[in-house]
Amino acid sequence: MPSPARRRVWAVAPFDLDFRPGERSARRAVRVSGPFPGQKDQERETVAINAEYIGREYPAPEPYEVTRGKIREFAEAINDPNPVYVDRAAAEAAGYPDVIAPPTFPVILGMAGSAYAVADPELGVDFSRVVHGDQSFHYSRPLRAGDVLTAVTRITDVKTLGGNGMLTLETVATAADGEHVVTAGMMLVVRGE
Amino acid sequence: MSLRHADVEVGTELPEQTFRVRRLDLVRYAGASGDFNPIHWNERFAKSVGLPDVIAHGMFTMAEAGRVLTDWTGDPGCVVDYSVRFSAPVVVPDDDEGADITVGGKVKAKNDDGTVNVLLTARSGGAKVLAKSTAVVRLA
Repeated sequence: MPSPARRRVWAVAPFDLDFRPGERSARRAVRVSGPFPGQKDQERETVAINAEYIGREYPAPEPYEVTRGKIREFAEAINDPNPVYVDRAAAEAAGYPDVIAPPTFPVILGMAGSAYAVADPELGVDFSRVVHGDQSFHYSRPLRAGDVLTAVTRITDVKTLGGNGMLTLETVATAADGEHVVTAGMMLVVRGE
Repeated sequence: MSLRHADVEVGTELPEQTFRVRRLDLVRYAGASGDFNPIHWNERFAKSVGLPDVIAHGMFTMAEAGRVLTDWTGDPGCVVDYSVRFSAPVVVPDDDEGADITVGGKVKAKNDDGTVNVLLTARSGGAKVLAKSTAVVRLA
């Protein structure tokens, strides 16, 4: 049985806490342990995002209008023939006032919100190194044609793990009458070298 | 015809489906979603950042896994929660075959409020491409 002492934790490094107030996020060359037992330590460029930016908000500059044409385009792009996305009569028969959008449609709002964060020069994220880590949606109801949604994206967490920066964002979309429609959560991995 | 809560048990399996994804699907998805990250359409760029080839949008895989869920329930509006972690990329070669994503699912819990918890699985090229892929759906 392998000794527990041989197990290495390839985990949160303390260096991402070293930011001075107002300092932007950065890629830093640091010495880290190899991920596997026996692997040499190595110089590695690490992505670190300043934790000071947790809570920063990026409101969408204008409301997002959900249209039948955009829902149809999205449903066709995911090759989903469900009639409630394109046929108003089918949607009404299912109890909706108009065609509804596929469950992952609100990623359009989340993606736009993440673009504002990624473009934030103070955050210092290199878009070319961004990979999507996880995604969640919590719906109060499905999006439907005719919705005019206000979206606000907020940074909910940043960390550094294994040399990669991890940026967690939450986009809350509300209807014109203030009703909550969907909250989209997204974790982006900013890959180190 | 929507699925009813009474028709479902813990352990009920969702019908498995396999989805083909080609470069054209990624271009179309990029346009529809607004995600134009070049790793999803530019092989030269994808390789320059250490990827084996162009990879599918994670959200494309999440959308296809969502189809297994909504085809099963009948009503896509019944989804209350849906979350996934992208555990491996779906590598999409530049040929007419592309890649396959195979999605299955199983009911893990039946709740008193009329909802059920579903665990979805997705595989491509021998790799598990979604992890912790769970959904809560409200049934009639």
